[in-house]
Amino acid sequence: MKHRSFFFFFLPTALAMVLFIFLPIVSVVMQSMYVQHEQVFVEVENCDIFGCKKERMIDTAATAKLRAEQPLGRFVGFENYFNRSHLATSEIGKIWATTESWSDFVGQLFNLPFYRALAFTLVFTFASTPFIILLGFLIALSVNALHERLKGLVIFFSLLPFVVTQLVGSLILFWMIDARGIVGNSLQFLANDPDLSLKASPTLTWVMLIVYGVWHAAPFAFVIFYAGLQTVPQDTMESAMIDGASRWQRTRFVTIPHITPLITFVALIQLMDNFRVFEPIVGFNASAHATSLSWIIYNDLDGEARLINSAATTSVLTIIGVAILLSPVLVRTWRDWTLKT
Amino acid sequence: MADTTSAKQPLGLQIATAAFILVWLIIAAFPFIWTLWGSFKVELDFFSKEDWTNAITGVRTVQETGNAFTLNGYEGAWIQEDFWRSVINTFLICFFVVCTSLTIGTLGGYALSRTTFRYGFWLLVIALIFRAMPPITLVSGYLLPFFEWGLWGHLSTTIIVLVAINQPFTLWLLHSFFSKIPKDLDESAMVDGCTRWQAFRHVIIPVMWPGVITTGLFSFLLAYNDFAVTAMLLSKENQTMVPKIAGFLGTTQTEGNVMFAVAAVVSATVPLFILVMVFQRQIVSGLTAGAVKG
Repeated sequence: MKHRSFFFFFLPTALAMVLFIFLPIVSVVMQSMYVQHEQVFVEVENCDIFGCKKERMIDTAATAKLRAEQPLGRFVGFENYFNRSHLATSEIGKIWATTESWSDFVGQLFNLPFYRALAFTLVFTFASTPFIILLGFLIALSVNALHERLKGLVIFFSLLPFVVTQLVGSLILFWMIDARGIVGNSLQFLANDPDLSLKASPTLTWVMLIVYGVWHAAPFAFVIFYAGLQTVPQDTMESAMIDGASRWQRTRFVTIPHITPLITFVALIQLMDNFRVFEPIVGFNASAHATSLSWIIYNDLDGEARLINSAATTSVLTIIGVAILLSPVLVRTWRDWTLKT
Repeated sequence: MADTTSAKQPLGLQIATAAFILVWLIIAAFPFIWTLWGSFKVELDFFSKEDWTNAITGVRTVQETGNAFTLNGYEGAWIQEDFWRSVINTFLICFFVVCTSLTIGTLGGYALSRTTFRYGFWLLVIALIFRAMPPITLVSGYLLPFFEWGLWGHLSTTIIVLVAINQPFTLWLLHSFFSKIPKDLDESAMVDGCTRWQAFRHVIIPVMWPGVITTGLFSFLLAYNDFAVTAMLLSKENQTMVPKIAGFLGTTQTEGNVMFAVAAVVSATVPLFILVMVFQRQIVSGLTAGAVKG
């Protein structure tokens, strides 16, 4: 394709992405280096019969004017990055100096909002992804062995948790595990503890969110693996059978190597998607025990205050996190591509 | 093929497989059935302190309304809380997002699949990086300019933003579909004297529909399911379903009107249910399009 025609074909989509993805990133980076103007104070002299007193007052009009004239705010450089709501370097220094043991240090570290969110985001990402792959693979193997007529039906029901809006899906589960819901009620009965509540304990909240994550994304892994299973070379399978390989050996040495690229693919997509975990925390009303990076951005932007600068700073840190997560893939793609040419 | 392999399976394994599938089906489908059933009950039945079977039999519902099924939740959500407005907004947004993102995505995806130059590869890598970024990280970049220029709160702004956020994924999907259409097809048309545009218009467009429909489904799902962007960029009266449901939780959880949210959740799930039923094959092929190729 000639450069010229490529340019015109690609122009509309490029324009959309530059205007609404690239420029916003620039805007986010810029805003992360500003803070909103402080309120303007004026000294007013109040005189009465007892004499004159000087008072400091907020000049509302001047504040509004200043904020309207310079909506970006005041430039502070990287100050936002190191304050208490983000990297909190000075707080960490203090904690480091005052705490005796590692567990104490980590415990105090997780009281800082950014590290609390980071910890949950990473645990969620790396705990749910393997389970998603494993469960998806098991379902794919079982469905593959099913009768042809049943397959469609099973695929239909399996797709539901994946297709449904995350917030809706998490609400549906949340209502069931409520202490007055069917699952919560049964768990109380099984554990023989009428006060058991999944929402009260931080550990159980994390487990619950991870279970939701697996429930939501396992169908995706299943569909990918199921499609891969249809292309397993039958010749290899048959020769393995003739050579006396057991069912397990055939799965281990023929099927799994064949779908390895798919496992990598699912792992990559799931790492990206799980890193942005957010809606389940809203749906499960779990923010008291579990926050994620996306959730703190949302929380900053929500409500009257709209802490745009703080949200922008967290956004930049999140994007850096995604870049680190993605870097092995990019390096590999780059290597594949240079090998090819 | 499947029949012969299953016939060779030992009985124990067959039973284990069937049991596993059954358990998975219950885990996957039961929550939806349960919530659908419960949405026609009153709150004291769906969240029953006394006995969970009340949610099935609807003891309280009969006491309160005289019938085992009630539409109170739906009435409250749709009429009292104006949920119908969000439904209309959602479908407006989805319709325009799908149309726009398919139009520009088809052109771009086609160009990417036909170029042999190095920048094609780099554009795909950039799209992958954009795809990896959580959409909410962009929202703080939108807010200030949108406030300044008076663009905030409108449906049209949100549509364009959702189209842009959709593009990276759309491009990847369409690129892989177009790569499967042999290059000879449009090239021979060009040898016969067509321009690139005419070749696209008369040769490619007639054969591209399966891929485009699949991509359209995913654009629809992305727009329909979005929470982070729509919650932040739309004013109250333009809200779509998902932020509206989130709003129900804040205000009605305390008033004891959880059933409004339950009814709204069921209402928002029904279109997806139908979508999966009708387009199951396209969804599966779309999910696997990027993967099976490598």
